[in-house]
Amino acid sequence: MKEAQNAVRMQFEALDQQKQADTLGMWIFLATEVLFFGGMFMAYAAYRWFNPDVFVLASKELNLLAGSINTAVLLSSSLTMALADHFIHAGNKTNAQRLLTLTISLGLVFLLIKGYEYHEEYSHGLIPFINDQFQWEHGQADRAELFFNLYFLMTGMHALHLFLGCCLLTVMLFINRGRRTLFRPQMRIKLSALYWHFVDVVWVFLFPLFYLAR
Amino acid sequence: MSNATSAGDYRATKSYLHHEPHSIRAWLLTTDHKRIAWLFIASITFFFVIGGLAATLIRLELITPVGDLLTAEGYNRTFSLHGIVMVWFFLVPAIPATLGNFLLPIMIGARDLAFPRLNLLSWYVYILGALFTVFAVVAGGVDTGWTFYTPLSSMFANGNVVAAIIGVFVVGFSSILTGINFIATVHTMRAPGLTWFRLPLFVWAIYATALIMVLATPVLAITLLMVALERLFQIGIFNPALGGDPLLFQHLFWFYSHPAVYIMILPGMGVVSEIITCFARKRIFGYRFMAYSLLAIAFIGFLVWGHHMFVSGQTTYASLAFGLLSFLVAIPSAVKVFNWTATLYKGRIHFDGAMLYALGFVALFTIGGLTGLFLASVALDVQVHDTYFVVAHFHYIMVGGMVMAYLGGLHFWWPKISGRLFSEFWAKVSAITIFVGFNLTFFPQFIMGYLGMPRRYHTYTPEFTSYHVISSLGALLLAAGYLLPLLNLGWSMFWGKRSGSNPWHATGLEWQAHSPPPPLNFESVPEVTEPPYNYDARDPFDGSRPQ
Repeated sequence: MKEAQNAVRMQFEALDQQKQADTLGMWIFLATEVLFFGGMFMAYAAYRWFNPDVFVLASKELNLLAGSINTAVLLSSSLTMALADHFIHAGNKTNAQRLLTLTISLGLVFLLIKGYEYHEEYSHGLIPFINDQFQWEHGQADRAELFFNLYFLMTGMHALHLFLGCCLLTVMLFINRGRRTLFRPQMRIKLSALYWHFVDVVWVFLFPLFYLAR
Repeated sequence: MSNATSAGDYRATKSYLHHEPHSIRAWLLTTDHKRIAWLFIASITFFFVIGGLAATLIRLELITPVGDLLTAEGYNRTFSLHGIVMVWFFLVPAIPATLGNFLLPIMIGARDLAFPRLNLLSWYVYILGALFTVFAVVAGGVDTGWTFYTPLSSMFANGNVVAAIIGVFVVGFSSILTGINFIATVHTMRAPGLTWFRLPLFVWAIYATALIMVLATPVLAITLLMVALERLFQIGIFNPALGGDPLLFQHLFWFYSHPAVYIMILPGMGVVSEIITCFARKRIFGYRFMAYSLLAIAFIGFLVWGHHMFVSGQTTYASLAFGLLSFLVAIPSAVKVFNWTATLYKGRIHFDGAMLYALGFVALFTIGGLTGLFLASVALDVQVHDTYFVVAHFHYIMVGGMVMAYLGGLHFWWPKISGRLFSEFWAKVSAITIFVGFNLTFFPQFIMGYLGMPRRYHTYTPEFTSYHVISSLGALLLAAGYLLPLLNLGWSMFWGKRSGSNPWHATGLEWQAHSPPPPLNFESVPEVTEPPYNYDARDPFDGSRPQ
């Protein structure tokens, strides 16, 4: 119990209070993230409402197979993350660290596949702001451009969050190495897991909106 | 009340001001919420001066109907500088980051905020973003106004739009971090016995403000980011050439910026509630209603953004709905004004400097609020949209309301912050000067706005000259009024009389701590056993200074 007492920071009275504050702080941060992405989802909703047909056509240009594999990869990473959380609370730090490593790897695999997709889209001339000539033959090229702008903005922002998540977990992996304490790693992994699951959930919405709109 | 509040033993513990180490480095790396509050007080004062200088240029230019001081372009850049600096770098952090930071933990009997390092980070984020923006705005200038409307900002405007936007984006994260910190603190760190309905209304106000900060600011962040990406990389989201909709920008922008108006007024309401009940020596009238109305304003504030877009091509039905929802905000606002008035009724009112500020707030907020109802009526708004009527309306709320409340609060809690008393005479003089100067500056703007003087023009037809001259002279008086507290409080910081811990005989935990408080605020965790504002049970306060 002494270890837990040392873990209480100056401003708190008790460990429970500190846990509560930390967890609440993370949840509020996630709420701000929801609203951050919310602005982009709002833009998507408006433009899809105005241009239903072009959005369906444009959706067909995306690589559904790659997107589906990525969905599976990311959902698996949430599973390994949840298991890491489970093991650290059960006191098994070795397993937790292994699962953390696995989670990071799955995150990186997702980013690799996403990068491959971006490259493919680039070679098809579908990146309006990078390709010299936006390749679109189905009419209403401007509206299709809007779709791809949104696609790159939203998946790009998601990828950035995932990348930061990988960095976060890597840091956790290293600072959890010390053998002495268990309480701090438990809290760190719990909070990182919340963030990781959030990023995962964003993808759960992005995937149908972009890939399955066909 | 403990006996530890007498003036004599204030030296018992070294205060947060005198506590070692007090090198510049120690102040810049502090995690003490009280020192961080000082970092914010110094920075927002700096930005207030910059924004004020821009305002001075604007008022000087408008003395004559022709453009003789500034070019049209220069005028656009000046009012943009004024708006950007005053809204984002002064008003939004004004009360929450200074008084809120200083008082919130003390008022709830805690040693610090829940996340002290995050608190310091929020100052660094703020100061870096703000300095970056000011540099961008001064070096190249931005002529979009503080609203960055597309497609002007994304496609046509010259100048450092992207740099300014990035700065504002960064500062937004400071608001978010502050908000997270405050919410977590209020939820988890209240002293034993301090139930939700024993919280001072200032804490309620800061809590409601923090909710808006965390829920609205991220939307501003993504919106500004989309504008910056569109301008930098042609990733068009609002670009009409792609079928993008500039109206969408306005929707997203005002989804933040209208609630942001309540970020700028709710903390003021909290401050005024504390001051009025103290100097009326009476319990606040309708405490629960006061708390609920703060939350109601915060909530309804999220549903009214469309009233900025009555003439932007929004459908009439949407406008009617937004107009109606905007009227609803008047209900909790009126509850507050009536309750302040009812608190004064049969109170033993003491017209101290802080009280004059608070009463000035109530008067100016009432005018600003009522003219807001005019603007929420669709038909009338079409007439006065983008005129000086609007300018006058929001200055009554933001300057008349928030700045009055900020200065009032600064005077009220100054003995707690500095441990010193200021000159009561000069505090009264400044409150009255600001009140008169403010009305002289902005009341004529209601009239000329109604007569059709459009905002953001640097020349005008001669028939408006007399209004503009009165307004500019009023601004001079206002500037003098703002200088007085700086001198008065600055003087008292070094030479003022020791105040003791509770010079106003006020209730509230913050008055039980020493003045200035020691680093950990209290010697032991205080316990709360009575409802808030129990002034009826307090010893009478005859207004004389304690010895």
